Amino acid sequence: MSKVIKLKKGLDIKLNGEAEKVVQPAGKITSCALKPTDFRALTPKLMVKVGDEVKAGDVLFTDKTHPEIKFTTPVSGSIEAVNRGERRKLLEVVVKADAEIQYRDFGKADVNKLKREEIITRLLESGVWPMIKQRPYDIIAHPENTPKAVFVSAFDTAPLAPDYDLILNNQEKDLQTGIDCLCKLCGKNVNLNLPADTPSSSVFLKLQHVDLNYFSGPHPAGNVGVQIHHLNPINKGEQVWVVNIQDVAIIGRLFNEGRFDARKTIVLAGSEVSKPRYEQTILGASIQTLTAGNLKNATEQRIISGNVLTGTQVTANGYLGYYDNQITVIPEGNHYEFLGWATPGFNKFSASKLFPSFLCPQKHYTLDTNYHGERRAFVVSGQYEKVFPMDIYPVYLLKACLTQDIDRMEQLGIYEVAPEDMALCEFVCTSKIPVQQILSNGIELMMKETN
Amino acid sequence: MNFLRNYLDKQKPKFEKGGKLEKLHSVFTGFESFLFVPNTTTSGGAHIRDAVDLKRTMIIVVLALVPALLFGIYNVGYQHFNAIGALAETSFWQLFFYGLWKVLPMIIVSYVVGLGIEFAVAQIKGHEINEGFLVSGLLIPMIMPVEAPLWMIALSTAFAVIIGKEIFGGTGMNIWNPALLARAFFFFSYPSMISGDKVWIASDTADAISQATPLAQMALGQPLTYSTADMFWGFIPGSIGETSVFCILLGALLLLLTNVASWRIMLSVFVGGFLMALIFQPISGVAAYQQLCMGGFAFGAVFMATDPVTSSQTNTGKYIYGLLIGAMAVIIRCINPGYPEGMMLAILLMNTFAPLIDWCVVQSNIKRRLKRAKAVARL
Repeated sequence: MSKVIKLKKGLDIKLNGEAEKVVQPAGKITSCALKPTDFRALTPKLMVKVGDEVKAGDVLFTDKTHPEIKFTTPVSGSIEAVNRGERRKLLEVVVKADAEIQYRDFGKADVNKLKREEIITRLLESGVWPMIKQRPYDIIAHPENTPKAVFVSAFDTAPLAPDYDLILNNQEKDLQTGIDCLCKLCGKNVNLNLPADTPSSSVFLKLQHVDLNYFSGPHPAGNVGVQIHHLNPINKGEQVWVVNIQDVAIIGRLFNEGRFDARKTIVLAGSEVSKPRYEQTILGASIQTLTAGNLKNATEQRIISGNVLTGTQVTANGYLGYYDNQITVIPEGNHYEFLGWATPGFNKFSASKLFPSFLCPQKHYTLDTNYHGERRAFVVSGQYEKVFPMDIYPVYLLKACLTQDIDRMEQLGIYEVAPEDMALCEFVCTSKIPVQQILSNGIELMMKETN
Repeated sequence: MNFLRNYLDKQKPKFEKGGKLEKLHSVFTGFESFLFVPNTTTSGGAHIRDAVDLKRTMIIVVLALVPALLFGIYNVGYQHFNAIGALAETSFWQLFFYGLWKVLPMIIVSYVVGLGIEFAVAQIKGHEINEGFLVSGLLIPMIMPVEAPLWMIALSTAFAVIIGKEIFGGTGMNIWNPALLARAFFFFSYPSMISGDKVWIASDTADAISQATPLAQMALGQPLTYSTADMFWGFIPGSIGETSVFCILLGALLLLLTNVASWRIMLSVFVGGFLMALIFQPISGVAAYQQLCMGGFAFGAVFMATDPVTSSQTNTGKYIYGLLIGAMAVIIRCINPGYPEGMMLAILLMNTFAPLIDWCVVQSNIKRRLKRAKAVARL
C-alpha cells in the first residue's frame, strides 16, 4: 500500500439521520431538470422551447462563450417548463419524462482505440463534458486545454455523505472505461484518492491505470481540492481536472453503451428524514419523487441538494443539482432563543470549547439552520486554521478577496482553493462571515480580470 | 419567556425605519439580541453554523476577569486600612465593601461613557452594537490607580473608544488595545495621577497616602520591601486589577481551557519577560521570577497581549509578538527610569508592529508558493 497522507486539521460534524446502507431501487421518474445556476460563471444559451420533444442526450442549452459545451437532457420526454428568475435569468429547464427513457445513440466505442480529439468530441456532443471540472476556479474544464493531471476522490467526508464504495460496487466495468477515458485526456494515469481504511474488497482497488493515494483525517480530507494541495499543488498557469467518482461511471457508460445514461444513486439523509437511505435515481431528478412519504412533518424543514456545508437550498418540488449525490433535510432554525449565548447548551454543537460538545466527541446532533449569532467583523484569530488543512492563510486570502486585490489573491493561493474547501471555516466562524460567498466572488473577479 | 418575546415583538415596529423611536434602533436591536439570539437563518453558504458567537466569547473573558476584579476590590480596602494602621480591627467584609465603594463608580463610569459612545456611533453609522466593549469597559478601571478621578477615567475612556476604535470602524478594526489606549492617554495627560507614590492607596481625606509600589522601588534602585509571596497573592499597592498574580492565573486557566486566548501569546510573553529579566538581573537587582510578579506584567500577558484583534494573527507571528512584548516590557522597566511600568508601552508598541510581523510571516508563505512554481517551470 502506498503512503498515507495524514491530515490532522479539520472537523467531523456528526449529524443525526445517517443513511442505512441499503439502496432503494429507482421509482418512476416523472420529471427532471437541468439548472444553469449549478455551474459557476456560466452564461447559458437556451436551445429548446416548451413543448419540444427530446431524447436523452439531446441538447437543452449550451455555454454562450463556448458553444461546443453542451448540456443535454438525462431523460426523454417533452420540455415542460423553462423557469426564469429576475432579469429573465435562466434558472431551470424542466423535462417531463416518458415512461421509458428513449436514448439518442452516440454509438459504442472502445476508448483505448479512439484518439484524444475523438473522445473530446464525443464527450462534448453527448453532454457529459460538464462533469469534468478544472481547478483553479472550480469551473467546467476547457476542452482546448490539457491538464497536468486528473484527480478523482473516491470518498466524501462531509456530514452524512454517501459511501461511494457501496454505490459503485457493481460498476467496475463502467468505472474502468471512465478512468481510461480520463487517462487519454491527460496522457497519464489518473490519481485516485481513497480513504486510509479502504476495505480490500473495494471496487476501487480493482481499477487499472490509476495511481492510488490514501488519505486519513477529518473532513475536508475527502475534498479533492485538499488532496490536490497535498499531492501536486496547482501553480499559476497550471490546470488540474477533477471528476466526481460517480460521474466517472456515467462517462464510462457513454462509451460502453453508446448513450448518455445519467442514472445515479444518491443518499437521502438528515434528521428530518424518516428512513434515511440510498436511492437509485437520475441526474437532475425531481426532489418530490425522492422524498415523497419519507419526511417527518414535525417542523419546518430545509431541503438541501448536497451536504449541509456546501449544498444548495431547494424547494420541495425542486430538482437535484448537477454535481450533487446527496439530499439532506434538516429543520429550519427561525426561532428566537432566550439568552441563548449564555445557556450551557448541551444540545448545541461547537468546534470551540465554549460549549460542552467538546467533552463528548462521539455524540450526534440535530442541527438547524439558525445563525446562532449576528454578523461581526473578523475578531477571533486562529479559528479557521484549525479546520483548514492547507498551507494557505485563509483570513488573509479572504481579505484579499474582500478588497478585490487580484495580485494578492494570486500570491495567497486562490488557484488552489474552491469554496467547498473553506466551508468548514464558514461553519466555525464566530463572526458569522460568509466565507464561501466571499471566496466565490474573489474567484469570479479573478476569472474576469485574468480571462 | 414568551411574554417578554411578545412584548419585544410589539415594541419592535416603533424602532424600525419610520417608527416613532427610530433614533434608538441600534439600542433596541442591541438589547434585543442580548436577550434573545436572533431567529435569522442561513442563506447561501453553509446551512448549519457553529453555536458559538462573539457574545459567548466575550462573556468568557469577562468571567476570567472576575477573580482578579474581586481580589482587586478587596485589596483596595486592605491597602487603605493597612496604611492607616487599622487593619487589625477591620473585618473582611468591611475591607471588601470599602473597596467596592471606591471601585464600583469607576466601573460604572467606564461602561456608561464607553457604551454610550458605542451606541451613538452604531446608530449614526447604522450598524449593530458590538460586544467588544463589554471587556474593554471592565479592563479600563482594572488598570487604573484607585485614586484616579472619575472625570479623568471618563475622558480617557472616551478618547480610547472614539480615537482608538470607532474611527477605525469599530470592534475588530482597531490597531491598539482600547483599554491600554485609555491608560496611555491618562498616563501622558495626567502623569501625576498615575505615577509616583501617592495614587495607589485609597484615601478618605485631602491628604494622599504615600506608598511606593514594588516597581517604583525597583526603578529607584531601592531594596524591595514586599515579599515574593505578597506579590504573588496580590497584597501590594498597584492598579486595581493587576496585583494578584494568583487570581490572574485563575483567569488565564479559564481562557486557555476554553481556547479563547492564544496560549502561544501568553506563553511567549512570559518566556520573553523571564529571559530579559534574567539578563537584567545584575542591573535591576530583582530576581527574574519577581519581575514577572510585579506590576502589570501578568495582567498584561494574560488579558491585554492576547486581545485577538490587536495581536498577531498568524501562529508564527504570535510567538514573535509575545516574546517581544515580554522582553520589551522588562527593558523599558529597567532602562527607562521615567516609566516604571513597561508593560503598557510594550504591548501598545507591539500592537503597532503586529501587522508587520504578520506581513513577514505571510510573505514567507507567498515566497514558498512562488518557489514551488519556479521549480516546476524549470523542469
